[in-house]
Amino acid sequence: MGIRHYIGLLVLLLLIAVTPLAVRNDYYLGLLVFAGLNCLACIGLSLLMGYAGQISLGHAAFIGIGAYVSGYLTVRMDVGIWPAMIAGVGACMVMALIIGVPALKLRGHYLAMATLGFGEIVYIVAVAAIGITGGPEGINSIPKLHLFNYVFKSDTRFFYFTWGMVFLGLFFALNLIHSRVGRGLMAVHGSEDAAGSLGVNTARYKIQVFVLSAVYAGLAGCLYAHYVNYIDPGPFGVMHSVLLVTMVAVGGIHHIWGAVGGAVFLSLLPDMLSLLSEYLEGTGIQYRSDYDTLVYGAILLLVMLFLPEGIAGGLNGLVKKARQMVRPGTAGTEK
Amino acid sequence: MNERILEIRSLRKEFGGVVAVKDLDLSVDRGSITALIGPNGAGKTTVFHMITGFLRPTRGDITFDGAVLQGRPVYTIAEMGIARTFQNVQIFSNMSVLENVMVGRHLRSRSGFLGSLLVPPFFRREEKEIRKAAARWLEFVGLGDQARLPAGSLPLGSQRMLEIARALAMEPGMILLDEPASGLNARETVAMGELVREIREMGITVVLVEHDMELVMDISDQVNVINFGSLIARGTPREVQANPEVIAAYLGE
Repeated sequence: MGIRHYIGLLVLLLLIAVTPLAVRNDYYLGLLVFAGLNCLACIGLSLLMGYAGQISLGHAAFIGIGAYVSGYLTVRMDVGIWPAMIAGVGACMVMALIIGVPALKLRGHYLAMATLGFGEIVYIVAVAAIGITGGPEGINSIPKLHLFNYVFKSDTRFFYFTWGMVFLGLFFALNLIHSRVGRGLMAVHGSEDAAGSLGVNTARYKIQVFVLSAVYAGLAGCLYAHYVNYIDPGPFGVMHSVLLVTMVAVGGIHHIWGAVGGAVFLSLLPDMLSLLSEYLEGTGIQYRSDYDTLVYGAILLLVMLFLPEGIAGGLNGLVKKARQMVRPGTAGTEK
Repeated sequence: MNERILEIRSLRKEFGGVVAVKDLDLSVDRGSITALIGPNGAGKTTVFHMITGFLRPTRGDITFDGAVLQGRPVYTIAEMGIARTFQNVQIFSNMSVLENVMVGRHLRSRSGFLGSLLVPPFFRREEKEIRKAAARWLEFVGLGDQARLPAGSLPLGSQRMLEIARALAMEPGMILLDEPASGLNARETVAMGELVREIREMGITVVLVEHDMELVMDISDQVNVINFGSLIARGTPREVQANPEVIAAYLGE
């Protein structure tokens, strides 16, 4: 991993440290916790999309499985929080294997279709299997996350924990892509034939990275359950899966940092828009929250048209251009 | 050790009703440069695809160093020491030139999924070795000064060289070159011929499919002529060039 990434990680760490000091409002800290959870899921998804060239349209279902397994075990079975969260993540790994092995042994975008169906099934089960999931009512009074006697009861504490996980997740992901395995994955993306001819077990790599991406999403789900203490099927539907894919795409599919940026940006966007609508109201223009979808669509469209490599890709391009202007002929090509 | 590194017996490939390769017998001497020539559509690339596991033969046997190849997945054939290049160059254009060759070190390194996440000291050492070896192979094909460029930005001639460097980084026992000179200018073609000879000097057996007859006749030890999926002649370049059947196949009856 290059020096740039270490600097980036350091900056991220500083930002994480100071944010709760600057943002003293619990509501906004809570928003940032949700943004962090989306970040976790998006980092995994970005590995899958940007580095293995596969798309999952069911990642919210993995968040859901993590949340429900951990919630169910702690509330109904009196299992401790940490074993329950491990079980939640484990359940995601098993599900990812079940879907991934048949779908990823084939070439092409079978995973997208398989995960779309999977997402829908998980949602239906969450709504219909009332005996286990509580149906539309969901599961209540899920215990707060705690470590021995330390309870993550305030939003500040939970913020630090969630973003600590984002930091670790990002660190591991960056290690992965700058390794033999990461190169193997990029090779699969670049040319599956050539990768195979060099001895890369392409099917196995695709399955491994899919399972890893499910682990990230599952972890986000477990944390979600023990943060909001109440789960219902609503947030785990296909719409959220699509939103996660959008976050990765807007951030920049080939840049793991982009996943973080895209997740934070789109997670905070609804509240930015409501602030905007309050402001507009003062000027007499009516902005209704129904327009949010329109704004989302416009943003996605604009990014795809003008920044096909996402926000991160666009920034990268700017830096390169600036360097070229300073030192012509030495276009930045380092990674 | 067997004198023949690769043996192909009664190899057949049918696509629907079309017979692309018709009961082909072929052998490759260890340490040789062996060419596979023939008119377009003769089945040469199909043979390459069957050797390297991209296509499954309808019938027949392929043995490499005594081990049966047909029916094995692509990546295990690489593990046995067979490298290849592609007719339409297949470089990883999403990576730098050096990283392309680093992928070629895949089978010569071991770090797995968990190691990659956690980066233990062993892993860092190995990463350094991979980088060094890859740089050496780039130097060997003459691309040493372009290591940091995006691979997609290289001209076609350099892309073909890069593909060979990447394949050689595997340190294979045999390398299959699918039309290495196609799309190259005269100067690049000469350089390619030199490179193929140097590869043989290292003890690597070379099998090549090529349409540039001057190059083939210049560098090959053995030439096999295929037409309509069957072998019609085999011998030294001189013998093959004098063969009336070969002349007929090339000039059309």
